[in-house]
Amino acid sequence: MSAPAPTVAALSAGLAKREFSSVELTRAYLERMASAQPLLNAFITQTAESALAAAAAADAARAAGRAGALTGVPIAHKDIFCTEGVRTTCGSKMLADFVSPYDATVVSGLRAAGTVMLGKLNMDEFAMGSSNETSFFGPVRNPWSTDMVPGGSSGGSAAAVAARIAPAATATDTGGSIRQPAALCGVTGIKPTYGRCSRYGMIAFASSLDQAGLITVSAEDAALLLGPMSGFDPRDSTSVESAVPDYTRTLGDSLQGLTIGLVTEFFDKGLDAACEQRIRDAIEVYEKLGAKVREVSCPNLPLSVPTYYVVAPAECSSNLARFDGVRFGHRCDSPKNLTDLYCRSRGEGFGAEVKRRIMTGTYVLSAGYYDAYYLRAQRVRQLISADFAKAFTECDLLLGPTSPTPAFRIGAKCDDPITMYLNDIYTIGANLAGLPGMSIPCGFVEGLPVGLQIIGPHFSEARMLNAAHRYQQETDWHLRVPAAFA
Amino acid sequence: MGKGPGNDGQFSNPRDLPQGNGDIIHSPVQSGFAAVFQVNPASRTPPRAMSLNRADIENIARLARLELTEAEIPVYVDSLSRIFAFVGELDRAPTAGIEPMAHPLPGLAQRLRADEVSESDRRALYQQNAPKVEAGLYLVPKVIE
Repeated sequence: MSAPAPTVAALSAGLAKREFSSVELTRAYLERMASAQPLLNAFITQTAESALAAAAAADAARAAGRAGALTGVPIAHKDIFCTEGVRTTCGSKMLADFVSPYDATVVSGLRAAGTVMLGKLNMDEFAMGSSNETSFFGPVRNPWSTDMVPGGSSGGSAAAVAARIAPAATATDTGGSIRQPAALCGVTGIKPTYGRCSRYGMIAFASSLDQAGLITVSAEDAALLLGPMSGFDPRDSTSVESAVPDYTRTLGDSLQGLTIGLVTEFFDKGLDAACEQRIRDAIEVYEKLGAKVREVSCPNLPLSVPTYYVVAPAECSSNLARFDGVRFGHRCDSPKNLTDLYCRSRGEGFGAEVKRRIMTGTYVLSAGYYDAYYLRAQRVRQLISADFAKAFTECDLLLGPTSPTPAFRIGAKCDDPITMYLNDIYTIGANLAGLPGMSIPCGFVEGLPVGLQIIGPHFSEARMLNAAHRYQQETDWHLRVPAAFA
Repeated sequence: MGKGPGNDGQFSNPRDLPQGNGDIIHSPVQSGFAAVFQVNPASRTPPRAMSLNRADIENIARLARLELTEAEIPVYVDSLSRIFAFVGELDRAPTAGIEPMAHPLPGLAQRLRADEVSESDRRALYQQNAPKVEAGLYLVPKVIE
């Protein structure tokens, strides 16, 4: 198979026409994966053997006339998703030897659709980071410039798809962890509505914000893969009972009459001027496609980062209390007593950023401080959600930047957590309000990709994918491949 | 700073902070992110300019059951102080009369399920990930002398 590898849609068509078998296709990706690993460090675990077995099974299913659109298509999973019998680390020393006894619902859904798992992708530890530098397994590098970060926390997913070493990848987004790395690596990312995809078997960080999604080459690919990973799951108490549409059916719909809102607060002085120009250019494309553009204001949105850094650490400190050195995960040597076992296992097993967030959350939830921090943050969250709800009475979708700057140098923002946290200034709002969001490539600044963010009302994934797909029919930013991987 | 029961978690700068006993109180009937923490009626005004000291960090780490190295403590004194100063921006939000958000989707609440057995016994499989087991039991250091 020749490189650069094409889209999931093209691979699906090639498999259907028997131009190549899934075994041939999978072998080609496994080779690309192995040769790119020393450069990018995108994978934590490569599962070549089981991938070839799954590919052979997919070919047999096709021969027997039991093939669907995704049968035999290789994909990779972020290492936050539990995969039965396969090491699942969440990027942490704490789970470095954890072999999951079950599959996440997202994983089993995509497996049932016939996809072949290539391996488990690198990520910030417990999805806490915006640069993939907090991974216990080392940083991931940006395929467009290997001195640069790929973004995070789904940095492995974004880098792998950008370098075309995986046709598509699962990812998760708690405050921007799909959209920001998608922007920094020049690929398409979608974070669906909260509750759209089951969180069962997805290692929890902040349960009221975490949502599974995808990083793909194109919106069309995302539409193909999103269906099988969506839907009601009784194993997730926040999974929503709402029918899953065929996202591919409406991709080509006209955008005539669509009203696009530009959030005033997104175009602030923190936005890099060259990035803003790429965003403005993309908006012009939408106007040519027949969309109407108007400005809307979300005055409380600038408070989304401080709100997030109360809510997310609070939920993190509760969720990560399960790592106690007793039932699974890292355990310290020769504990003196039970408290020593807990404290040293956790102190040794968690990295610096995870400990920072656990402590932040422990403090804001401690009695006497709950009102001042957590309850207040949940009130501001209500204000931010109301701002979005009002905006969506005036427009169908919101467009703006995904990230204030293109990719930055590895190490550049490690010393100051606040500077790092502000990378997610444009993405966090959608998580706080449970809204779906996307990032699609819309150009380059000095050789580095820029992402256009799309935010929609709850359960408007089909409309967002339609808008993204129409833009991608007019432009080819999403088809650009970094020179080293072309 | 006291370490015994009863005065757990007194942070060192009472001038800046509302008073509380610092302990996390879990409601036994709820779990997950919706777990309700007891709200201390003594908490009044929100904290302002935050500056945590070494004793505060040691106390937070103890509540979180995290052992910190000597080198880590000053790093967290600095970064947590900066984080709390940063989230102090929330003080200026017009939150009077606003209901705290309880679920990211409007009108939805946590679904409950019937209290019946739904899972099969997979103890042996699950214990393959346990650091120390014996006769199907998880082993920990002796708790009662």
